[in-house]
Amino acid sequence: MYAYDEIDRAIVHERVDEFRDQVRRRLNGELTEDEFKPLRLMNGVYLQLHAYMFRVAIPYGTLSSEQLRKLAHVARTYDRGYGHFTTRQNIQFNWIALADLPDALAELAEVGIHAMQTSGNCTRNVTADQWAGVAPGEIEDPRVWAEILRQHTALHPEFSFLPRKFKFAITASDHDRAAIKIHDIGLKLVRNDAGETGFEVLVGGGLGRSPFIGRTIKSFVKGHDILSYIEAILRVYNQYGRRDNIYKARIKILVHELGIEKFAAEVEQAWSEIADGPLTLDDEMIEDIRSRFIYPAYEKLPAEPDELRAAAGDARFEAWRGNSVAPHRQDGYAIVTLSLKPAGGPPGDATAEQMDAVADLADKYSFGEIRVGHEQNLVLPHVAKRDLPALWAALDKLGLATPNVGLVSDIIACPGLDYCSLANARSIPIAQELSRRFANPETAALIGRLHINISGCINACGHHHVGHIGILGVEKNGEEFYQITIGGRADEGAELGVLIGPAVPYGEVADVIEDIVEAYLSLRQRPDELFVDAVKRLGVEPFKERVYATR
Amino acid sequence: MPLVKNGQIAADDFVAVADDAELPAAGPVLISATRLLADPERLVARNSPLGVVWPNNRDVAELKPWLDRLALIALVFPTYKDGRAHSQARRLREVYGYRGELRATGQVLRDQFTFLVRNGFDALDVKKEADAHAFREATHRYTEFYQPTGDGHRSALQLRRQRHLTSAS
Ligand code: HEM
Ligand code: SF4
Repeated sequence: MYAYDEIDRAIVHERVDEFRDQVRRRLNGELTEDEFKPLRLMNGVYLQLHAYMFRVAIPYGTLSSEQLRKLAHVARTYDRGYGHFTTRQNIQFNWIALADLPDALAELAEVGIHAMQTSGNCTRNVTADQWAGVAPGEIEDPRVWAEILRQHTALHPEFSFLPRKFKFAITASDHDRAAIKIHDIGLKLVRNDAGETGFEVLVGGGLGRSPFIGRTIKSFVKGHDILSYIEAILRVYNQYGRRDNIYKARIKILVHELGIEKFAAEVEQAWSEIADGPLTLDDEMIEDIRSRFIYPAYEKLPAEPDELRAAAGDARFEAWRGNSVAPHRQDGYAIVTLSLKPAGGPPGDATAEQMDAVADLADKYSFGEIRVGHEQNLVLPHVAKRDLPALWAALDKLGLATPNVGLVSDIIACPGLDYCSLANARSIPIAQELSRRFANPETAALIGRLHINISGCINACGHHHVGHIGILGVEKNGEEFYQITIGGRADEGAELGVLIGPAVPYGEVADVIEDIVEAYLSLRQRPDELFVDAVKRLGVEPFKERVYATR
Repeated sequence: MPLVKNGQIAADDFVAVADDAELPAAGPVLISATRLLADPERLVARNSPLGVVWPNNRDVAELKPWLDRLALIALVFPTYKDGRAHSQARRLREVYGYRGELRATGQVLRDQFTFLVRNGFDALDVKKEADAHAFREATHRYTEFYQPTGDGHRSALQLRRQRHLTSAS
């Protein structure tokens, strides 16, 4: 966890005061809605179908138990008792009143949480691997760099009015859990032959109406130079990104239209003007940030504690352990994922009571730390293995031990037509129906890793293009229809899914998905050939045949 | 539209002259980029202060040869949501070392004052009277800044570096 110093605290409190003044001027008519809109967006306030929505940043997905309790408090006090964790390490509250927002923000600021730039055409919340700092085999903890980036991009005077939104993601692992290839800038920590730490920099990834996988613009940028290099990318984008058409305004379009080589050359030129300037980091600066991260004092614990052996006879515990518990870099500890995808529930929702209870469990079993991942689940990152049976029992009572992490019912879905004013179709009820169909843990385990992603319109908030199965809501003659793609993936081998055929009506989506899954089960070469790998080997044809033969 | 210059409401000494109009014999004038670039040598040699309105889609590097002889560069925000001139301002000040007046024109509103000043603007052609009077308040809201720009503030990282070195010694 990063602990704010007095500079961070001052900025966050000053931002709350500024927003309070902006809301006051809006409410008394000094600001028109048109003038106010970008100001509120830059503080995470959207106008939705029913009410204002409030999006709060959880930078690089790390929360303390104190912070999570404060989020629960906001859900209870200003909203309807729950919050929604999103794919970009934010939490959204759907029913908040404009006049209450400054107070809610002030309460969050007390524990070092803000909503700066969680929407609007500016640099957004910096996201990272939710296992950062605990996954085995990392180069180093990427959150130190994510925090440096968070600070640099907060209230940036030059880049607060970009052509369009701008998102960063960062990882330090070979296995990409942060989906860096579908971000405007993706950063991968690497070490060069001289042993120096730096970044492979990717640019121009993004989904939405015209999806693109990010391209490598520079294979190695030294850590000390990362801010000036990123400044150069943003400067080129700010000046040349398209502003004539909102659908062509993301950096991916600029990169695509110029070509990656030409774009890279422009960036080099802009970089040459500012490299070795005040943005160059030195070791003291990096150390200062690193020293404000608090790491647990791990104990020396056995890798196979008696408690685990004793619990091994309980089949439900074992199913959960096999599914939701991952190896930790520290012997005797484990990373535990808490599924926010119970059968029949809206993906990513958590009640205030659940948040409070998870905060208590984090204090008891995870050094007071919680993580939020882009799959819309929570993580307890430092659990002693001997505590796993006790933790499981507690989570099971809370409904947070569904053993479906990474499986077919661990669905990523956007809010869709239930909340969103841009939606063509509902997302959440489709997710709920699918999670009921695949509720049997044995069936889900038999199917294996399979990511379903659902978006209610082409904006792709549910990342449908990169779901192993993607479901996209479209409108046909006033009715909800869904296009189905297969073979997408969001990890280091990121790919866009391929459409299997004509869109299907709302009532048939779950049947179609079942057909696809059955086709896979009968076509896979071995039980451990994953769905995406089978699609890669076979192409979409056999799946298409299966789905449309009887329709 | 009140002009706020170096923090004070001030009179505008510059007279904007259309491309097809005769330049007055003396006095500060503000002309278009097209007019300037058509005959720069003769125009900068004129004995009165010269200002240019520079569009936000043209590279400011083109101005490099004339920077030390321009008294005013006016950059344009067609709407405040179009942030191109923010980058132009920083390049003029921090990369090319322009020291004359740098004026923000167009939809210049109070909620951008801090950003504008941080990017090197010292004159703001403010859209609303009330905003002009709120200049001091609006630009003194923040006491700390994360990014180093040419505005003289030390960035958070620079302050921490110093703190780090002091505590180490
Ligand atoms: C309900 C209110 C929401 C609205 C109005 C909204 C609006 C939008 C729009 C317009 C875009 C497309 C931007 C573009 O392509 O230039 C977008 C992208 C995105 N949204 Fe949302 N969104 C909402 C909620 C969410 C939620 C709940 C999530 C997470 C579950 C989310 C995650 C994303 C992501 C990851 C993208 C980026 C996709 C890309 O790379 O293009 N959004 N959103
Ligand atoms: S994908 Fe469309 S429907 Fe879903 S949240 Fe985004 S904008 Fe709304």
